[in-house]
Amino acid sequence: MLLSIFIDVVKVIVVFAGFMIMIAYTTWFERRMVAFIQSRLGPNRVGPAGLLQPIADAFKLLFKEPFLPEKSNKVLFSLAPMIAFIPPILAVAVVPIGDTITIAGRKVELLISDLNIGILYVFALGSIGVYGLVLAGWSSNSKYSLLGGLRSSAQMISYEIGLGLSVVGLLMIAQTFSIAEIVRQQSGSVLNWYFFKQPVAFFLFFICAMAESNRLPFDLPEAESELVAGYHTEYPGMRFALFFLGEYAHMITVSMVTASLFFGGWSGPFLPPIVWFLIKVVAFLFIYVWVRGTLPRFRYDQLMRFGWLVIFPLTLVNILVTGLVMVL
Amino acid sequence: MANVIFYILAVIALTSALMVVTRKNAVTSAVYLIVTMCAIAGLFVQLGAVFIAALQIIIYAGAIMVLFLFVIMLLNLRKDEFGFDTRVFQRLFAGLLGIVLLVQLIMVVSRLPVVAGQPVDTEMGRVAPLATKFFTQYLYPFEIISVLLLAAIIGAVVIAKKKMGK
Amino acid sequence: MMPPINWPVIYPELAICITAFIVLIVDLFLPGRHKWVLSLISIFGVLVALQIVFMNFGLKGDTKAFFGMVVSDATGLYFKTIFCIGTLLAIFVSITYQRREFPEVGEFYTLMLLSTFGMMIMASALDLITIFLGLEMMSIPLYVLAGIYRGRYRSREAALKYFLLGAFASGFLLYGIALIYGAFGTTNITRIVELIADGKPYSPFFVGVGSVLVLIGLAFKAGVVPFHMWIPDVYEGAPAPVTAFMSAGPKAAAIVAILRIFVITTPVIDLTWVFWVLAVVTMTWGNILAINQNNIKRMLAYSSIAHVGYLLVAITVGGEEGVSSAAFYLLVYTIMNIGAFAIVVLFAEREEFYENISDYAGFGSRFPFAAITMTIFMASLGGIPGTAGFVGKFMIFSGAINHGFYWLAVIGVLNSLVSIYYYLRVVVAMYMRQPQTRLVDIAISPSLMIAIIITLLLVIQIGIFPDNWLSLAKQAASLAF
Repeated sequence: MLLSIFIDVVKVIVVFAGFMIMIAYTTWFERRMVAFIQSRLGPNRVGPAGLLQPIADAFKLLFKEPFLPEKSNKVLFSLAPMIAFIPPILAVAVVPIGDTITIAGRKVELLISDLNIGILYVFALGSIGVYGLVLAGWSSNSKYSLLGGLRSSAQMISYEIGLGLSVVGLLMIAQTFSIAEIVRQQSGSVLNWYFFKQPVAFFLFFICAMAESNRLPFDLPEAESELVAGYHTEYPGMRFALFFLGEYAHMITVSMVTASLFFGGWSGPFLPPIVWFLIKVVAFLFIYVWVRGTLPRFRYDQLMRFGWLVIFPLTLVNILVTGLVMVL
Repeated sequence: MANVIFYILAVIALTSALMVVTRKNAVTSAVYLIVTMCAIAGLFVQLGAVFIAALQIIIYAGAIMVLFLFVIMLLNLRKDEFGFDTRVFQRLFAGLLGIVLLVQLIMVVSRLPVVAGQPVDTEMGRVAPLATKFFTQYLYPFEIISVLLLAAIIGAVVIAKKKMGK
Repeated sequence: MMPPINWPVIYPELAICITAFIVLIVDLFLPGRHKWVLSLISIFGVLVALQIVFMNFGLKGDTKAFFGMVVSDATGLYFKTIFCIGTLLAIFVSITYQRREFPEVGEFYTLMLLSTFGMMIMASALDLITIFLGLEMMSIPLYVLAGIYRGRYRSREAALKYFLLGAFASGFLLYGIALIYGAFGTTNITRIVELIADGKPYSPFFVGVGSVLVLIGLAFKAGVVPFHMWIPDVYEGAPAPVTAFMSAGPKAAAIVAILRIFVITTPVIDLTWVFWVLAVVTMTWGNILAINQNNIKRMLAYSSIAHVGYLLVAITVGGEEGVSSAAFYLLVYTIMNIGAFAIVVLFAEREEFYENISDYAGFGSRFPFAAITMTIFMASLGGIPGTAGFVGKFMIFSGAINHGFYWLAVIGVLNSLVSIYYYLRVVVAMYMRQPQTRLVDIAISPSLMIAIIITLLLVIQIGIFPDNWLSLAKQAASLAF
C-alpha cells in the first residue's frame, strides 16, 4: 500500500518535473527555430547556444512588478492565468510514456493513471482551460482583452466539436477510451499505427488541436496586429508568463496525445520506449513551430467558416466512412 | 475516506450553488456555476459513473457555460450589474415556492426506499454497458432525441437567419 | 445481440419524418419563388403516412416494438389519423399565407412535419420517456412556428412566451416522471401496470405527486385552466395558419397522452375528482372570457380552452365510453376549428391586421359563400344540431349522464349555451352590421378553398351521418380496454 503510494508520488514528481523542463525548453526551441526559418540567429548569448535563456527569462519575469489594473475584477484577474496553466499539465496524467516495466518484481505502469475514459478526460480539461482566456479577457476590463476573450470562447466552441468528433472514428476502431490501451494496440509494427487507418482523422484532429491551443494560424484571441495582445494585454510579470507557459504546455500535451493516438506513442524498435516517445513529441512540436513560422493568421470569419463548414462536415463524413468500412 | 471526499464535494457544490444565486455580478455567478458543475462531476466519479462525469464537464462545465459567459460578456459590456428585480411580491413568491420545493424534497428524501450504505452499481457508469442500453432497450428514445436535436437546430437557424419577413 | 425490430409499427412516423427531411433538403436547392413545391411534397408525404396508418389498422401479430417503447394499437392509429388530417388541412391553409408573408422560409413545412412527427410519437408511446420526447418533438417546432413571422412584434412575443412557459411545463412533466420512476424503477407504462397487478408494494406518495406533476405538464400543452395563460397571447400572436395548426393537433396529442396514462391503463390513483374540477373550471373560465373578446383569434383561443373543458368531461367519465367520445370529439374539433381558422386566414388576406370581429361587418352580403361557411363553423363550434359539433357534444354529455355525472352534464350544457352567444356575435357582425369602410375584393387562393371545402363538407357530413365516424372512434376505444 505505502509502496504503491510512494511509486505514484514518484511518478507524479518525475512527470511534472520533466514536463516543466520541456515547457521551458520548448520556448527556446521555438525561438531558435523561428529564427532559422526567418534567417536570423535567435537567442544564443546566455549559455551555450542560448540554452540558459529560459532560466534568464524566468528570473526577469519573476522580478517584474505584479500590479493589478485598477478597474479590473481582482479575484478573477488573478485566477485566470492559473486556470489557463493548470489543465494542460493535468492532461498529461493519462498519456503513457512507456510500456509497463518491472522494478524489483513489481509491475509499474509508466503513466500516472490509466483512466478508462482517458481521451475524454483530456477533452474535459481542454474545455476547462478555455475559461482562463475568457475570464482573463473579461476581468481585465479592457476592450482589447474583452475582444480577445470573446474570440477565444467562440473559437473554442467551434473547434471543440471538430476535436471531439475527429477521434470518434479512431475510437470506433479501438473500442476503448483509454490512451494506454490505444497505444498498446499500435505497438509491434509501424503499420499498426492508427495514422494509416485514420489519416483524415489525424489531420482534422491536429488542426483542431492547434486551434484549441491558440497557436498561429489560429491565434486570433491574441492577434498582435489587431488586439495588441488580446486577452493578456493587461497582464504583467509572472501572471503573463503563466499564460505564455500554458500555451506551451498545451502544445506539448497536444503533441503527446497526437503521438499516442495516431503514431503509436512509445512503441518503436531498438531504442527504449521513452526515447521513441520523446522523438515523436518533438517532431510534432517542430511541426507546430514550422506552421507558426510559415503560415499567416486567419481572418476571423474565415476561421469560423473553416471550422463549421469544412472541419465539422469532414469529421462527420469520416465517422460515416469508418462505420461503413467496419460494417462491410 | 470516500465519505470525507463526498462531504467536501457536496459542500463545494452547495456553497457555490448558493453563490450563483446571491452574487450580483453575472460573470461571478457563472463562474460559481462552473464550480458547481465540476463538483457534481466529482460526485459522479464517486458513484463510479466516470463517463457521465466526463460528459458533465465537457458539455455543461465546458460548452454550455462558455456560451453563457459569451452571452453575458456580450450583453454586459458596460455595467456588470444585473438589473435585479426588487419587488417585494416577487421575492415573497419566490421564497414561498422555494419553501414548497424544500418541503417536497425533504419528504421525498425521507421516504426514499434506498437503504444507505448499499453498494453502488459502478458497472453502469462505464461506457460499454451504457452504450448497450442505449442501442437496445432505449434505441427508440435515443433516435428520437437525434431528430429532436435536429429540429431544435433547424428552429434556431430559422429564427436567427437574416433577411426574413417584410 | 439485438432482436429484430418490428418496423411496420413505426412506419407512419417514419413516413412523416422522412418527408420532413426531404423537404429540408429540397428547400436548399429551390429558389424563393418555387417554394410552393415544398408544400406539395409535404402534402404527398402526409397522404402517404395517412395511407400507412389505415393499413396499420389491420396489422397482424405483435403490435409492440422497440422493447415495448411504442405500440401500434387502435387508439394510437385513430389519433394519428387525426394528426394527419389536421396537418394536411393546416398545410392547405398555410400555402398562400406562407408565400405572401415569409416566402423564403421553406423550413416552415419541415417544422410543421416534425411537430406532427412528435404528436405521432406521443400517440403510440408506451413509455413515459418516449411520451416526454414526443412532447418536446412536438413543441420545439411549434415555438419556432409561433415566432416565424419575425417582422411582427406580437409573433416574437408569442414565441418567447410559449417557449418559456412550455419549458417550465416540460420541467413539471420530467419531475413527475422522475418520481414515478422512483416508485417503480421503470418508466414503461405496461411494466408499471404489470407491477401493480403483481401486487408489488410501491409508495403511493411518490406515485401521487408524480402523477399530478405529469398531469400538470400535459395539461399545460392541452390548455387546461389554470395552465392556459399562454393560449390567448400565443394564438393571437402566431401567424393565423400556425394557430390553426397548433389549436388542433397538439391539443389532441396532449389529450391522448392523458388518456393513455390516466384512463386507458388501470389508473394507479383515482383522479376522477381532479378531472371533474378541472373540467368545470376549464369550460366555465374559457367560455366566460371568450364572451368579451374582440379579436377573433383571441376569441377562438378562449373557445379552444372551453373545448378542452368538454374533453375533460369525457376524461372524467373515463372507460370505453369516455375514451370514444373524447376521440370522436377531437376529430370533430380538429376539423371545425381548422375550418374556422381557414376563414380567418381568408379574410386576413385582405389586410395584414384584419382580425377584429367588428371588422367582419358587412361580409354577409359582400362574400356570401365565405360568410355562410363561417356561420356553419360557428354553429358547429357552438354545438347546434345538424353540425358535427353537436354530435360530438351529444356523445360527451350523454356519456356523462350514463355514468352518473349529472351535474357535470348540466354544467357542460349550460356552458354550451353561453358559448353560442359569442359564436353568434361573429355571425351577427357579418350579416347585421354595416361596414365602416368600403370592402375590397378577396383574392381567393385555390389551396385555401380546398381546405375550406373539405372542412365544410366534413362538418356537415359528420353532423348528419355520424355513424361511420362514431364506430371508428368506438373501435379505437374498445380495443384499448
